[in-house]
Amino acid sequence: MNSLTQPRKWEKFFWPVLAAAVFLAFWHYAVQFSGSKIFPSPADVLNGIDELMKKGVLGSYIADSLHRVAVGYGLAVLLGVPLGLTLGWYPAAAQVVNPVIQMARPISPLAWIPLAILWFGVGDAAAMYLIFLGAFFPIVVASMNGVRNVPSMFRRAGRNFGLHPAALLAKVVFPAALPQIIVGLRIALGIAWLVVVAAEMIAVDSGLGYLVIDARNSGKRYDLVIAAMLMIGTIGLALDLAFRRLEKIKSVRWGFRLEA
Amino acid sequence: MSQTTAPTTARAVKTKLRAEGISMIFRRDGKETSVLDSVDLDVYDGEFICLLGPSGCGKSTLLNSIAGFLAPTSGKVTIDGEPVTGPDPRRIFVFQERGVFPWLTVEGNIAFGLFKLPQEERARRIAYYVKLVGLQGFEKAYPQELSGGMKQRLEVARALAVNPDMLFLDEPFGALDSITRLIMRGELLRIWEAEKKTIIFVTHDIEEAVQLADRVVVMSARPAKIQQIVEIDIPHPRDISSPRYLELRDGIFEQIGLAHKV
Repeated sequence: MNSLTQPRKWEKFFWPVLAAAVFLAFWHYAVQFSGSKIFPSPADVLNGIDELMKKGVLGSYIADSLHRVAVGYGLAVLLGVPLGLTLGWYPAAAQVVNPVIQMARPISPLAWIPLAILWFGVGDAAAMYLIFLGAFFPIVVASMNGVRNVPSMFRRAGRNFGLHPAALLAKVVFPAALPQIIVGLRIALGIAWLVVVAAEMIAVDSGLGYLVIDARNSGKRYDLVIAAMLMIGTIGLALDLAFRRLEKIKSVRWGFRLEA
Repeated sequence: MSQTTAPTTARAVKTKLRAEGISMIFRRDGKETSVLDSVDLDVYDGEFICLLGPSGCGKSTLLNSIAGFLAPTSGKVTIDGEPVTGPDPRRIFVFQERGVFPWLTVEGNIAFGLFKLPQEERARRIAYYVKLVGLQGFEKAYPQELSGGMKQRLEVARALAVNPDMLFLDEPFGALDSITRLIMRGELLRIWEAEKKTIIFVTHDIEEAVQLADRVVVMSARPAKIQQIVEIDIPHPRDISSPRYLELRDGIFEQIGLAHKV
């Protein structure tokens, strides 16, 4: 198979499945040969997942994590997109606010944990706040740049047809910036999912992040740690795949030509 | 060569647009660049004018200031006696093919300027202009599914749908291949004859100018001045191997200082 030939249909599934099988086999035999008593084998992890489901905590933990992401990320979208559009639309305002945004952006949301707990106490609100922070800045920056990168030709065409500024923003600038905004939203969702795990290790006592840290602290249950990690990975992937479907919508697909 | 001011082929000799003493000086990094040097031009109602000049000579700048997108450093433009202060839906600017909105369908693009009209009238105009530019069957298609020539026709349809009395076209066929370009010229002339708009068409292609225009405005290199206005007194459809066509074309080649031998 070289890079010019299209992979055949069966190959598309066969090679990834084979790679996964090799990885699982390596994991299994590595645990067996080393005789590790602490590190679980794939079968142990599977049993761990089963145990969690029977106890009924897995579903509720997943629901708790998703709920926190939904609120924190949702707020970030609701506030970040309008703010980004505004800053892109008024370059003068962007100049004023930009230093603060650029300064706050590289601060890991985790560095906010002490302040989050100070302000919101230990609990859901603190975790949601951290998720909000992690998602907010990428969304603002993507929306702002999206507006700035709208070709002036589109704005001129809009003005030519007699659109007033509000209509120009709604009917030309926003749809023209939307592909770039969607990219920002997708990156932000990935970050939100990273942050929720960390936030749950510290600020709350439920959720997948809590499961990871709790499984380790109460009895060194590494099978459950890895079970939780697998869940986190699977759900993160599912969220990303679901989001990618947005990019297929026809009114934004023009902005994703390279991936089409 | 004719240097008359009043065209013989235009339907009426009423002045539509008058540009007087248009000068444009751009300032960038403390340096001044003079792009247009006191350009005077009268355009008659219903006329097809080509602004012809070398790339970067300032003909697009002239078109942009006539369209109201750029305020000239000095001079003024009046259309129907009113000074131009900004863009206006009565005069639509057509860009190269990328000017159509990629997030709207063919219908959506044509309907773009029709937001003030009642639903029925809007639907009627969409149908009419889809047909006029030959995009039947593509009403629900997005621009990325269209060829370059189709996108260009769509942009012309979007412009015509608001029933403007002038069209400004800035090298509209520049991105098309030469065969499509020839077809598009024929289409544009057909539409012009059907819709009776005043057209100002910017091009750097001498053949294109002589094929299309009632009068060709030949511009000099920067800072652009009007070198000469050549009246093309050949009726449409034009025989592009007729002696008169060749004579006019070669005259412009000479005027621009090009030998027409390759």
